[in-house]
Amino acid sequence: MDRLALLQDAVKKLLDSGEVDGVLALRADGPATTPHLFRPGDDLDDLALWPKYAIPQIMDVLLEADPEVSLGMVTRGCEERGLIEMAKRNQVDMDRITMIGLACTTDERDECRCAWPFPTQIDVGEKVEGIADSLVAEHESLSSEERARFWKEQFDRCIKCYACRTVCPQCFCEVCVLEQDLWVETGTLAPPFPSYHLIRAYHTVSKCVGCMECEKACPADIPLTVLYTLLRRDAEEMFHYVPGRSVDDPPPLVVETMWQGD
Amino acid sequence: MQYENVLTTCVYCGCGCGIYLQVLDGQVVGALPAKGHPINEGKLCVKGWNVHDFVYHPERLTTPLIRDEKGGELREATWDEALNLVASRLSQIQATAGPDAIGFLASAKCTNEENYLLQKLARGVIGTNNVDHCARL
Repeated sequence: MDRLALLQDAVKKLLDSGEVDGVLALRADGPATTPHLFRPGDDLDDLALWPKYAIPQIMDVLLEADPEVSLGMVTRGCEERGLIEMAKRNQVDMDRITMIGLACTTDERDECRCAWPFPTQIDVGEKVEGIADSLVAEHESLSSEERARFWKEQFDRCIKCYACRTVCPQCFCEVCVLEQDLWVETGTLAPPFPSYHLIRAYHTVSKCVGCMECEKACPADIPLTVLYTLLRRDAEEMFHYVPGRSVDDPPPLVVETMWQGD
Repeated sequence: MQYENVLTTCVYCGCGCGIYLQVLDGQVVGALPAKGHPINEGKLCVKGWNVHDFVYHPERLTTPLIRDEKGGELREATWDEALNLVASRLSQIQATAGPDAIGFLASAKCTNEENYLLQKLARGVIGTNNVDHCARL
């Protein structure tokens, strides 16, 4: 049986079990796909696999809309890790989510330059190993001056559409500093170097799981995940923290702040 | 709970980006760029990301408004009343001042087909070539 048929079976089984009120997944819509909540009894013929969307954020919206509802979710590695980081910050309740683990294919992995293309429990698909981001390696061969020039050129193309912030499942602040004149001067394009992008980069530390949605949503094609991957690596070296690894790992910035306060 | 996405075209400019409106239990709750769409390829500008905001905006016009006299207040009207008023005034101006006394402003927010219909009305019905774009208003 192919991967899609296996996924249809898994979704049908979960819906038929009566344990969930619906399963959040992707639906084929002509040549495109769209996030969709499949409900018990729904036709699963148009269930789809790719391209993925930032569905942890949609799960947050759905769970908040109805405190009684329990939902299933077709969950890739990055999406599971995203939910875990959101759960640590009280954005989603993992007890109300039943995951159907979906392993990414080599093509999907390559498109995302993904180091971790599988969830903890794989229900559908076969595990393929992650790859190192070739753009990161390329970037590391540059000198400090070349790196500064590289990012200046990249960020100069920014049209400040906030897509990177808006699409990010880990961006859930009620008030965003990127919209405050104090931190990011308004009324100029591109935003003054490097305020917008470095503030956002710092804010992803210990949260960004490398789902790639920001980079895919960027109209200026800025390779944002290169920056976030390097920061994630620094945080791992310094604090031994890997975002999304376990719901039991406390986020280092919270722990360090508490320690400083003792 | 019902959650689905409805494909539509962004109304903000002439690019025609593909947008999914997120609909939760009959209410529009957000917008997503349509991945795989040939125009925007899964990307949007800041206006597109927020295109759903005006749907339930309290200041959104939901009926036509008519100003009965110059300097007077706008009052709500039905579509029939508004369209009849426009048709009768345009006919009157066409008859008394000639078709070139009337101009038509097309819009980037409309589809090609709607803009075609507008110029058809201008040329075929009124009889003027005064057709321009609203950006030059």
